[in-house]
Amino acid sequence: MDVKIKSLKAAFPHTIPIMAGFLFLGMTYGILMKVSGFPIWLSVLISIVVFAGSMQFVAVDILLGAFNPVQAFLMTLMINARHIFYGISMLSKYNNTGKFKPYLIFGMCDESFSINCSVEVPQGVDKNWFMFFVTLLDQIYWVLGTAVGAIFGSFVKFNTEGLDFVMTAMFVVIFLEQLLKEKEHTISLVGLGLSVFALAVFGADSFIIPAMLAILAMLTLLRGHLIKKGVV
Amino acid sequence: MTGAEIAITVAVIAVGTVLTRFLSFWIFPGDRKAPPFVEYLGKALPPAVFAMLVVYCLKNVNILQGSHGIPELIAIIIVVLLHLKWRQMLLSIGAGTVCYMLLVQFVFV
Repeated sequence: MDVKIKSLKAAFPHTIPIMAGFLFLGMTYGILMKVSGFPIWLSVLISIVVFAGSMQFVAVDILLGAFNPVQAFLMTLMINARHIFYGISMLSKYNNTGKFKPYLIFGMCDESFSINCSVEVPQGVDKNWFMFFVTLLDQIYWVLGTAVGAIFGSFVKFNTEGLDFVMTAMFVVIFLEQLLKEKEHTISLVGLGLSVFALAVFGADSFIIPAMLAILAMLTLLRGHLIKKGVV
Repeated sequence: MTGAEIAITVAVIAVGTVLTRFLSFWIFPGDRKAPPFVEYLGKALPPAVFAMLVVYCLKNVNILQGSHGIPELIAIIIVVLLHLKWRQMLLSIGAGTVCYMLLVQFVFV
Protein backbone atom coordinates (compact mmCIF):
# COMPACT_ATOMS: atom_id res chain seq x y z
CA MET A 1 0.00 0.00 0.00
CA ASP A 2 1.12 3.54 -0.66
CA VAL A 3 3.06 4.90 2.30
CA LYS A 4 0.96 8.08 2.40
CA ILE A 5 -2.40 6.34 2.44
CA LYS A 6 -1.19 3.85 5.04
CA SER A 7 -0.01 6.69 7.30
CA LEU A 8 -3.21 8.65 6.77
CA LYS A 9 -5.27 5.59 7.72
CA ALA A 10 -3.20 5.10 10.85
CA ALA A 11 -3.33 8.78 11.82
CA PHE A 12 -7.01 9.51 11.23
CA PRO A 13 -8.53 7.52 14.15
CA HIS A 14 -6.28 9.37 16.59
CA THR A 15 -7.64 12.71 15.37
CA ILE A 16 -11.36 11.83 15.63
CA PRO A 17 -11.74 13.09 19.22
CA ILE A 18 -10.16 16.36 18.12
CA MET A 19 -12.42 16.71 15.08
CA ALA A 20 -15.55 17.49 17.10
CA GLY A 21 -13.79 20.03 19.29
CA PHE A 22 -12.01 21.82 16.46
CA LEU A 23 -15.10 21.93 14.24
CA PHE A 24 -17.21 23.31 17.09
CA LEU A 25 -14.70 25.89 18.33
CA GLY A 26 -13.63 26.75 14.77
CA MET A 27 -17.26 27.37 13.82
CA THR A 28 -17.80 29.53 16.88
CA TYR A 29 -14.69 31.49 16.00
CA GLY A 30 -15.91 31.93 12.41
CA ILE A 31 -19.35 33.13 13.56
CA LEU A 32 -17.81 35.49 16.13
CA MET A 33 -15.48 37.00 13.52
CA LYS A 34 -18.32 37.42 11.03
CA VAL A 35 -20.74 39.06 13.44
CA SER A 36 -17.85 41.28 14.62
CA GLY A 37 -17.75 42.61 11.06
CA PHE A 38 -14.74 40.79 9.58
CA PRO A 39 -14.91 39.17 6.13
CA ILE A 40 -15.02 35.38 5.74
CA TRP A 41 -11.67 35.24 3.96
CA LEU A 42 -9.91 37.02 6.83
CA SER A 43 -11.11 34.46 9.40
CA VAL A 44 -10.03 31.60 7.15
CA LEU A 45 -6.67 33.24 6.47
CA ILE A 46 -6.05 33.74 10.21
CA SER A 47 -6.95 30.10 10.91
CA ILE A 48 -4.40 29.07 8.27
CA VAL A 49 -1.49 31.33 9.22
CA VAL A 50 -1.98 31.58 13.00
CA PHE A 51 -3.70 28.25 13.85
CA ALA A 52 -3.81 28.84 17.60
CA GLY A 53 -7.29 28.69 19.14
CA SER A 54 -6.88 30.69 22.33
CA MET A 55 -4.87 33.36 20.56
CA GLN A 56 -7.37 33.70 17.72
CA PHE A 57 -10.24 34.34 20.12
CA VAL A 58 -8.16 36.96 21.90
CA ALA A 59 -7.26 38.36 18.46
CA VAL A 60 -10.94 39.09 17.72
CA ASP A 61 -10.90 41.39 20.73
CA ILE A 62 -7.55 42.89 19.73
CA LEU A 63 -8.75 43.56 16.17
CA LEU A 64 -11.86 45.31 17.50
CA GLY A 65 -9.75 47.58 19.72
CA ALA A 66 -7.35 50.41 19.01
CA PHE A 67 -4.26 49.75 16.84
CA ASN A 68 -1.47 48.64 19.17
CA PRO A 69 0.90 46.18 17.46
CA VAL A 70 3.46 46.12 20.29
CA GLN A 71 0.87 45.04 22.85
CA ALA A 72 -0.59 42.55 20.35
CA PHE A 73 2.89 41.07 19.84
CA LEU A 74 3.66 40.77 23.56
CA MET A 75 0.26 39.20 24.26
CA THR A 76 0.88 36.69 21.49
CA LEU A 77 4.21 35.70 23.03
CA MET A 78 2.70 35.25 26.50
CA ILE A 79 -0.43 33.39 25.41
CA ASN A 80 1.58 31.08 23.19
CA ALA A 81 4.50 30.63 25.58
CA ARG A 82 3.40 27.05 26.17
CA HIS A 83 4.56 26.28 22.62
CA ILE A 84 8.12 26.79 23.88
CA PHE A 85 7.53 23.96 26.32
CA TYR A 86 6.00 21.78 23.60
CA GLY A 87 8.99 22.57 21.41
CA ILE A 88 11.43 21.51 24.12
CA SER A 89 9.53 18.24 24.57
CA MET A 90 9.46 17.58 20.85
CA LEU A 91 13.09 18.47 20.07
CA SER A 92 14.28 14.92 19.54
CA LYS A 93 11.05 13.76 17.87
CA TYR A 94 10.84 16.54 15.29
CA ASN A 95 14.52 17.25 14.73
CA ASN A 96 15.20 14.46 12.24
CA THR A 97 12.03 14.68 10.20
CA GLY A 98 13.60 16.29 7.13
CA LYS A 99 11.17 18.01 4.80
CA PHE A 100 8.32 17.56 7.30
CA LYS A 101 10.03 19.52 10.06
CA PRO A 102 8.86 23.08 9.20
CA TYR A 103 5.19 22.11 8.96
CA LEU A 104 5.28 19.82 12.01
CA ILE A 105 6.62 22.73 14.07
CA PHE A 106 4.33 25.31 12.46
CA GLY A 107 1.25 23.17 13.15
CA MET A 108 2.22 22.27 16.71
CA CYS A 109 -0.86 22.96 18.86
CA ASP A 110 -2.03 21.52 22.17
CA GLU A 111 -3.81 18.70 20.38
CA SER A 112 -1.27 17.69 17.74
CA PHE A 113 1.37 17.88 20.47
CA SER A 114 -0.51 15.54 22.78
CA ILE A 115 -0.95 12.93 20.03
CA ASN A 116 2.50 13.13 18.48
CA CYS A 117 4.11 13.20 21.92
CA SER A 118 2.38 10.13 23.30
CA VAL A 119 1.31 7.84 20.46
CA GLU A 120 3.37 4.84 19.47
CA VAL A 121 3.36 4.84 15.69
CA PRO A 122 2.19 1.38 14.57
CA GLN A 123 4.70 -1.00 13.00
CA GLY A 124 5.16 -0.57 9.29
CA VAL A 125 3.79 2.99 9.26
CA ASP A 126 6.13 5.82 8.35
CA LYS A 127 6.60 7.96 11.48
CA ASN A 128 7.11 11.23 9.61
CA TRP A 129 4.06 10.86 7.39
CA PHE A 130 2.01 9.78 10.43
CA MET A 131 2.90 12.90 12.44
CA PHE A 132 2.43 15.05 9.35
CA PHE A 133 -1.12 13.76 8.83
CA VAL A 134 -2.02 14.17 12.52
CA THR A 135 -0.97 17.82 12.28
CA LEU A 136 -2.57 18.40 8.87
CA LEU A 137 -5.91 16.79 9.79
CA ASP A 138 -6.08 18.89 12.97
CA GLN A 139 -5.53 22.05 10.97
CA ILE A 140 -8.05 21.00 8.30
CA TYR A 141 -10.75 20.55 10.99
CA TRP A 142 -9.94 23.97 12.39
CA VAL A 143 -9.92 25.80 9.05
CA LEU A 144 -13.03 23.97 7.88
CA GLY A 145 -14.86 24.83 11.10
CA THR A 146 -13.84 28.47 10.71
CA ALA A 147 -15.07 28.64 7.12
CA VAL A 148 -18.41 26.98 7.91
CA GLY A 149 -18.88 29.27 10.92
CA ALA A 150 -18.01 32.42 8.99
CA ILE A 151 -20.38 31.50 6.15
CA PHE A 152 -23.11 30.60 8.64
CA GLY A 153 -22.44 33.90 10.39
CA SER A 154 -23.39 35.75 7.21
CA PHE A 155 -26.88 34.25 7.29
CA VAL A 156 -27.75 34.35 10.96
CA LYS A 157 -30.78 36.44 11.59
CA PHE A 158 -31.09 35.86 15.33
CA ASN A 159 -29.65 38.24 17.87
CA THR A 160 -26.02 37.32 18.53
CA GLU A 161 -25.52 39.69 21.45
CA GLY A 162 -23.53 37.91 24.13
CA LEU A 163 -21.97 35.37 21.76
CA ASP A 164 -18.53 36.73 22.65
CA PHE A 165 -19.00 35.08 26.04
CA VAL A 166 -17.85 31.89 24.32
CA MET A 167 -14.27 33.07 24.84
CA THR A 168 -14.86 33.65 28.56
CA ALA A 169 -16.51 30.24 28.90
CA MET A 170 -13.62 28.60 27.08
CA PHE A 171 -10.94 30.11 29.30
CA VAL A 172 -12.99 29.44 32.45
CA VAL A 173 -13.16 25.76 31.46
CA ILE A 174 -9.44 25.58 30.64
CA PHE A 175 -8.61 27.29 33.93
CA LEU A 176 -10.94 25.00 35.88
CA GLU A 177 -9.44 21.90 34.25
CA GLN A 178 -6.05 23.18 35.26
CA LEU A 179 -7.14 23.75 38.88
CA LEU A 180 -8.57 20.23 39.01
CA LYS A 181 -5.42 18.67 37.62
CA GLU A 182 -2.67 20.54 39.44
CA LYS A 183 -1.49 19.37 42.84
CA GLU A 184 -0.70 22.84 44.01
CA HIS A 185 -2.25 26.15 42.98
CA THR A 186 0.52 28.72 43.56
CA ILE A 187 1.08 29.52 39.87
CA SER A 188 -2.64 29.74 39.01
CA LEU A 189 -3.24 32.02 41.97
CA VAL A 190 -0.24 34.18 41.09
CA GLY A 191 -1.66 34.63 37.59
CA LEU A 192 -5.16 35.36 38.85
CA GLY A 193 -4.14 37.66 41.72
CA LEU A 194 -1.65 39.76 39.77
CA SER A 195 -4.03 40.15 36.81
CA VAL A 196 -6.89 41.32 39.03
CA PHE A 197 -4.49 43.66 40.83
CA ALA A 198 -3.15 45.09 37.55
CA LEU A 199 -6.71 45.53 36.26
CA ALA A 200 -7.68 47.44 39.41
CA VAL A 201 -4.61 49.69 39.18
CA PHE A 202 -4.26 50.29 35.43
CA GLY A 203 -7.81 49.83 34.14
CA ALA A 204 -9.23 47.68 31.34
CA ASP A 205 -7.38 49.31 28.44
CA SER A 206 -3.82 49.15 29.75
CA PHE A 207 -3.56 46.43 32.39
CA ILE A 208 -2.38 43.57 30.23
CA ILE A 209 1.30 44.52 29.84
CA PRO A 210 1.78 45.38 33.55
CA ALA A 211 0.01 42.11 34.40
CA MET A 212 2.32 40.10 32.14
CA LEU A 213 5.44 41.80 33.53
CA ALA A 214 4.29 41.24 37.10
CA ILE A 215 3.59 37.55 36.38
CA LEU A 216 7.01 37.09 34.78
CA ALA A 217 8.73 38.83 37.70
CA MET A 218 6.83 36.86 40.32
CA LEU A 219 7.46 33.51 38.59
CA THR A 220 11.16 34.37 38.38
CA LEU A 221 11.20 35.13 42.12
CA LEU A 222 9.27 31.97 42.99
CA ARG A 223 11.36 29.68 40.81
CA GLY A 224 13.53 28.19 43.56
CA HIS A 225 10.54 27.73 45.82
CA LEU A 226 8.39 26.05 43.15
CA ILE A 227 11.17 23.72 42.06
CA LYS A 228 11.89 22.75 45.67
CA LYS A 229 8.21 21.95 46.21
CA GLY A 230 8.20 19.90 43.03
CA VAL A 231 5.49 21.98 41.36
CA VAL A 232 7.41 22.38 38.09
CA MET B 1 -8.65 49.96 12.65
CA THR B 2 -8.02 50.58 8.97
CA GLY B 3 -7.39 47.74 6.53
CA ALA B 4 -3.61 48.28 6.75
CA GLU B 5 -3.70 48.31 10.55
CA ILE B 6 -5.66 45.06 10.57
CA ALA B 7 -3.13 43.53 8.17
CA ILE B 8 -0.21 44.61 10.39
CA THR B 9 -1.91 43.32 13.54
CA VAL B 10 -2.68 39.94 11.96
CA ALA B 11 0.91 39.70 10.66
CA VAL B 12 2.32 40.54 14.09
CA ILE B 13 0.14 37.87 15.73
CA ALA B 14 1.10 35.29 13.09
CA VAL B 15 4.83 36.06 13.44
CA GLY B 16 4.63 36.02 17.24
CA THR B 17 2.90 32.63 17.18
CA VAL B 18 5.41 31.18 14.73
CA LEU B 19 8.23 32.50 16.93
CA THR B 20 6.97 30.66 20.01
CA ARG B 21 6.66 27.45 18.03
CA PHE B 22 10.06 27.57 16.35
CA LEU B 23 12.06 29.18 19.17
CA SER B 24 13.10 25.99 20.93
CA PHE B 25 14.15 24.39 17.65
CA TRP B 26 16.27 27.39 16.61
CA ILE B 27 17.99 27.76 19.97
CA PHE B 28 18.58 24.07 20.46
CA PRO B 29 19.44 22.42 17.18
CA GLY B 30 20.38 18.78 17.55
CA ASP B 31 19.60 17.43 20.96
CA ARG B 32 21.18 20.16 23.04
CA LYS B 33 19.31 20.69 26.27
CA ALA B 34 17.41 23.93 26.93
CA PRO B 35 18.67 26.23 29.69
CA PRO B 36 16.79 25.43 32.92
CA PHE B 37 15.21 28.89 33.09
CA VAL B 38 13.65 28.59 29.62
CA GLU B 39 12.38 25.14 30.47
CA TYR B 40 10.97 26.51 33.72
CA LEU B 41 9.10 29.33 31.94
CA GLY B 42 7.66 26.91 29.41
CA LYS B 43 6.11 24.96 32.29
CA ALA B 44 5.25 27.74 34.74
CA LEU B 45 3.84 30.38 32.38
CA PRO B 46 0.84 28.52 30.91
CA PRO B 47 -1.14 28.10 34.17
CA ALA B 48 -0.57 31.75 35.06
CA VAL B 49 -1.47 32.92 31.56
CA PHE B 50 -4.79 31.04 31.47
CA ALA B 51 -5.69 32.70 34.77
CA MET B 52 -4.77 36.04 33.22
CA LEU B 53 -6.95 35.31 30.19
CA VAL B 54 -10.01 34.73 32.38
CA VAL B 55 -9.43 38.18 33.86
CA TYR B 56 -8.82 39.58 30.36
CA CYS B 57 -12.20 38.29 29.18
CA LEU B 58 -13.94 39.98 32.09
CA LYS B 59 -11.99 43.24 31.92
CA ASN B 60 -14.92 45.33 30.73
CA VAL B 61 -17.36 44.08 33.35
CA ASN B 62 -18.39 46.95 35.61
CA ILE B 63 -19.54 45.83 39.04
CA LEU B 64 -20.72 49.31 39.98
CA GLN B 65 -22.87 50.08 36.95
CA GLY B 66 -25.31 48.54 34.48
CA SER B 67 -26.00 44.89 35.22
CA HIS B 68 -23.20 44.83 37.85
CA GLY B 69 -21.60 41.76 36.26
CA ILE B 70 -24.48 39.58 37.41
CA PRO B 71 -25.07 37.87 34.01
CA GLU B 72 -21.34 37.09 33.80
CA LEU B 73 -21.35 35.69 37.33
CA ILE B 74 -24.43 33.51 36.72
CA ALA B 75 -23.10 32.19 33.42
CA ILE B 76 -19.67 31.41 34.91
CA ILE B 77 -21.29 29.55 37.82
CA ILE B 78 -23.29 27.51 35.30
CA VAL B 79 -20.15 26.76 33.26
CA VAL B 80 -18.29 25.64 36.39
CA LEU B 81 -21.15 23.48 37.73
CA LEU B 82 -21.75 21.81 34.35
CA HIS B 83 -18.07 21.17 33.97
CA LEU B 84 -17.67 19.72 37.45
CA LYS B 85 -20.63 17.43 36.79
CA TRP B 86 -19.91 16.20 33.27
CA ARG B 87 -16.32 17.26 32.43
CA GLN B 88 -17.43 17.77 28.78
CA MET B 89 -15.67 20.86 27.53
CA LEU B 90 -17.97 21.61 24.59
CA LEU B 91 -21.12 21.14 26.67
CA SER B 92 -19.87 23.50 29.38
CA ILE B 93 -18.81 26.15 26.86
CA GLY B 94 -21.92 25.83 24.66
CA ALA B 95 -24.49 25.81 27.46
CA GLY B 96 -22.73 28.64 29.34
CA THR B 97 -22.68 30.82 26.23
CA VAL B 98 -26.34 30.20 25.35
CA CYS B 99 -27.28 30.95 28.95
CA TYR B 100 -25.32 34.21 28.87
CA MET B 101 -26.91 35.24 25.58
CA LEU B 102 -30.40 34.63 27.00
CA LEU B 103 -29.52 36.60 30.12
CA VAL B 104 -28.22 39.70 28.32
CA GLN B 105 -30.95 39.62 25.66
CA PHE B 106 -34.00 38.94 27.77
CA VAL B 107 -33.30 39.38 31.47
CA PHE B 108 -30.74 42.16 31.87
CA VAL B 109 -31.79 44.28 28.90
